[in-house]
Formats: sequence, structure tokens, C-alpha cells
Amino acid sequence: MQPFTTHTGVVAALDRANVDTDQIIPKQFLKRIERTGFGQFLFFDWRFLPDGGPNPEFELNKPAATGASVLLARRNFGCGSSREHAPWALADYGFRAVIAPTFADIFFNNCFQNGMVPIRLDEADVEELFKRATAAAAAGGQYRLTVDLKACTVADDAGFSRSFTVDPFRRQCLLEGLDDIGLSLRHTDEIAAWEAAHGLPAVSG
Amino acid sequence: MPTTARTLLDKIWDDHVVCSPAGELPLLYIDRHLVHEVTSPQAFEGLRIAGRKVRRPEATFATPDHNVPTSDRRLPIADPISKQQIDTLRANCREFGVRLFDLDDVDQGIVHVIGPELGITQPGMTIVCGDSHTATHGALGSLAFGIGTSEVEHVLATQTLRQAKPKSLEVRVEGLLPAGVTAKDIVLYLIGRLSTEGGVGHVIEYTGECIRSLGMEQRMTVCNMSIEAGARAGMIAPDAVTFDYLRGRDLAPKGAAFDAAVARWEKLPSDPGASYDRVEIFKAADVVPQVTWGTNPAQVTGVDATVPDPGRFADPNDRSSAERALEYMGLTGGTRIVDIPLDRVFIGSCTNSRIEDLRAAASVVRGYRVASTVRAMVVPGSGRVKRQAEAEGLDRVFREAGFDWREAGCSMCLGMNPDTLAPQERCASTSNRNFEGRQGKGGRTHLVSPAMAAAAAVSGHFVDVRTWQYK
Repeated sequence: MQPFTTHTGVVAALDRANVDTDQIIPKQFLKRIERTGFGQFLFFDWRFLPDGGPNPEFELNKPAATGASVLLARRNFGCGSSREHAPWALADYGFRAVIAPTFADIFFNNCFQNGMVPIRLDEADVEELFKRATAAAAAGGQYRLTVDLKACTVADDAGFSRSFTVDPFRRQCLLEGLDDIGLSLRHTDEIAAWEAAHGLPAVSG
Repeated sequence: MPTTARTLLDKIWDDHVVCSPAGELPLLYIDRHLVHEVTSPQAFEGLRIAGRKVRRPEATFATPDHNVPTSDRRLPIADPISKQQIDTLRANCREFGVRLFDLDDVDQGIVHVIGPELGITQPGMTIVCGDSHTATHGALGSLAFGIGTSEVEHVLATQTLRQAKPKSLEVRVEGLLPAGVTAKDIVLYLIGRLSTEGGVGHVIEYTGECIRSLGMEQRMTVCNMSIEAGARAGMIAPDAVTFDYLRGRDLAPKGAAFDAAVARWEKLPSDPGASYDRVEIFKAADVVPQVTWGTNPAQVTGVDATVPDPGRFADPNDRSSAERALEYMGLTGGTRIVDIPLDRVFIGSCTNSRIEDLRAAASVVRGYRVASTVRAMVVPGSGRVKRQAEAEGLDRVFREAGFDWREAGCSMCLGMNPDTLAPQERCASTSNRNFEGRQGKGGRTHLVSPAMAAAAAVSGHFVDVRTWQYK
């Protein structure tokens, strides 16, 4: 997995609550058997017009969001289906962090498996970030944030800085890009002991 | 033995923690792993690349359900990509020794229908699947939840999962359900009150007289939609209803082993005085048949009500969500729910495709015809449900009324197979999600109970099934 230590990038401001994984990656694109190549389908029904051209009204298609790698959204981001295709699509598109007041549980867990940091900030802080991103866009520019996973902070270069919390184990895995299955397999003896204590036959090999 | 009073969640959790190494998340043992074709190919590929095996193939069960055609199974699958995904599941199950209930197997079906039906699901177990509706299995008193594909791979390789213990939320529903109101109406009502994120970080235990009075399949409907309130899982303490349901199921314990299992299962319900992190209390008498009007399941109201005016929502997020939803749904505030006309009706999905659901729908339909403006279909949840319904003559009731009678699968719940809505088509659906585009790009979904869907199919618009003239 790609490690995450610190990242500075352009913010895409998606001013919507309850963005579900069916929107992030519609079901017609779940049939691939690979983990890659989903970015082209990200937010497909919102991002593209019926004729296949980009929808100029959609937030990610606006000049302020060109090259964005930090996604800003409203509460309950990633609700619905467990499909990991959602974080795969976000990561493949280029996102390294998603900031929202709240996330759905499965999506939140899935992000960590894909080198992407989900960051919960207070509703008021998210509101402030939307204001700053909107102001930058109105001035014809782009808004940038720096996510520092070592320090657990998210900051801009104009005085905004907040710390966020993240499970220490998930953080360590992200910082080092660890293979968490490999880590768990170090506990094979304990797993076998649990199985024996619960009357399950031993696993060979 | 711990001396403190414990909840059902506490008991299952404590029993399944393999270890809690310092600085790491605990490893939770997983008793049953259910696999389908959409969220598993990348996980098996990961195992192959790393040279790993499935630790407990005998605890792993697979079936294709999301992608499968529900029309004639003797024909080849038309969509080459769907076919590839199903073929990949077959090859993976063969390679890794996993039991597969394939398309031609009489027991194929929606993974959350066949798990309980075959007795794979049992009280006190931890059960996972790369699917958010895994909470269904919690109806039998198990801890069951959806996981992502990386976690599927982790469970395949280690039979464990890295998990922090979720918080507990007791949702107590007091009193008995009024006539004409079903489990689907309860759960839609609860989601409307709890919101789509009210349960985030929690496992819901449904308690109270109303829940206890429900049959096993109705309990599955309630637990199934826990994710729609944001909850990690939903569960109901096992009791005589659960044990009677499981007795004699193919993969449940038999004879003396079953009696011994019941003796264990009887110890699972929450101890008197056990405390939950949060408690929410509702009254069954307040629930009327529910209809969703928006694009998330919490945007719901009673069939006797009107589509809300977005302006009445105090919260700006709720207001803008409602505005966006009404625009997408082609509805205006103030419209009576019973005045909404329909183009399609879908009876099926892991929420409502079991035999009791089909019986409820058939009893409404019996002696009537589907409205000329409506196309309606019934998709049984499994091969077994289909055969049972046919043995009872329910298929004839549906066919004679003008319904399509299909083969088992997820079908138009998410439209990964050819069963989809056209843009702007409006559908009364017994499924679980009314998200934009869920049933087909531009399609408009209203979630309802099987009886409400059946009545809507006959009438061409929503009607209050409490006043239905049964024939």
C-alpha cells in the first residue's frame, strides 16, 4: 500500500450531504475484476452529461477543482453500499484525503486500506473550509490544504490549522504503508489457539 | 466469569476476541464468511499474488447473486462482463476450495437469503460479507456486518478481522404493530427518526414487545436495513422463534448437537440490567405504512401524509438534500402520497424476497390485475423460496395478475443485471435503497413493504393497504 505521511493538494469542494457510494461509483462499473482503473467512472452520473461530455455544473469539473487531491464534503460521506470500488475510484482519480464532519463506517475503514486518509472535522470547521474554498474559486484561484498524518493536522497557508484524531494503529499502517494481512498473520498462533479452544479442527499448512 | 451484566453484543464480542496486541486493533475471529461475485475477485487475486490460502474454506460460502440474470437460466449470460465476474467466482471457489451455490444449484439465491435458509447463520456467530446488508443475519442473534474487499481478503487469509468494538444502541419498539403495518414499515419509520447517520459507530440491538412478536423473516427485514440508519450491524436476541426457525435446517446442528446448541444460545440474550451506550424508544402504535419520497431511506413518511415542503426543514443540510431529492424525484411538496402514480413495481431484494413477503404480496394481489400503466415483477430471494412459492401456487397468483415471475437474484434492487429502470420511470420497490440512479440512471425509487408494493401495482398509484379489500 502507498504510504501516507504528508500531502498538500488542491481542494475540491463537494457541497453535499449523504453522498452515497452509489454516486461515488455507480453499479454499472462494479463488474471489473481489478482494483485499478475506476477513477474514470468516479461520480459518473453527476460528472458527465447524457452525451458523454463533462457536466460543467458539477463541482469536480470546475476550474477551481482541476487537479484536486483533497475532497471536502458534508456529513455522512460514503454511506450505503460497502463497495471498496468507491475508495478505489477516489484514489485512482487522485484523491489522497477526504474531509467531512462524519463518514459512514464501512467507507471510513475502506479508505485506510487504500492509502487515503478520511478526516473528521467539526461541522463549523468544515463550514469554514467551504468558505475559504468558495472564496478562492470566486477569485479565480484554487484552495490548497496540507494534511500531515504524523502531526495529525490539516492546515492551509492562511492561518487555518486544526488537529484531527485517527486510530493509532490505522495511522501507523498508513504512515508505513504496511500490509495489514501480513501483520495479522504474525498472530497465527493465537488464532490457532482460539480455534482449538472453540473446538475447531486444526488448519493444515 | 465476568460479574457485570453484559449485552448480546458484549457476549459475542468477548467470545470472539483472538488477541488485543499492544498498539494494534483487536483481532476478532469470524465464524462465517459469505462471498459473492462483485466484491470478491480482487480479494482472491490478492491471495494469489501473495501466495496465501483461504484459512477456513469450510467456513466460507459463496453464491453469485448481484449480477445474475433473473430471466431464463438456460440461456447464456448476455453481458460479457457480468459473465466474466461470475466465471471468476467459479474459478476462485474451485482454486481455493470454497463451497459455491452456483447458478444451476437449486439453493442459489441472494446471499442474505440463503445464509439463514440453509442454517449457515446461527446465533452467537460472527458473520461477515463484502456487502452492507450483512446485518440481515443479526436477526438470528449473530453479530453480522458488511466489510470492504480488502477486509474480505483479510478474512479469507486469517479468518479474523481488525476491529475496534462498536458502541451499542438499544432501539426498543414498545407495543404491538397495528393491523396492516409490517416489519418494513417499522424499519423505515425507525430510519426516518434516527436519520441515515443516527447509528454510525453503533450496533443496534432491537428490543421490545413489537420486535419479539415478529416472525423470523420479519426480523430479518428489520435488521437488514440497519445500515440505512448508518449502523454497523443490527441484531435481535435469539429466542424460541429463532430456535424453531433453525431446527432441521441443512447446515444447522442436528439431534443432540442441536439441543446443546440451544442451551448455549439461550445464554446469549442481554443480561437484566446490562447497559447500552445509547437507548432510543419508539411506540409501534405510531407506525403507519411507510413510503419514501426522496433519495435516501430517511426521507420517508406515512402513506396518509404528503410529500414534505423542503422549506419546513430547519437544518440547511436537510433542506438542500430535500430540494435536490424532490427535483430528482420529479415531486413537489404538498403532493399527497396516494396521488403519486407509478410505472414499475419491484418485489424482491434481500430486504423483502422471502416466502412470507411473497405470501403477503400475493394475498393483496389475489383476484386483481396489475394496472395497465404498470409493469410489475416478483424476484424470489432464492431457489428455495421460488420452489416454495410455486408449491403454494403464489406464482400463479402473480402471473395471472400480470406480474413477471423471475429467477432468484438481487435484480432491480441495484440493477447490475438487465433489470433496471429507464430514466424518469417511477417504481414502488420493496428493496432497501432509493439512492439516485440505484435502480437505473434517472430512475425514481419509492421504498415500501411487499403489501404496499402489491397494492400499488394493482392501483397504479400508492394506496393505504390498511383499507385494502382482500379477495
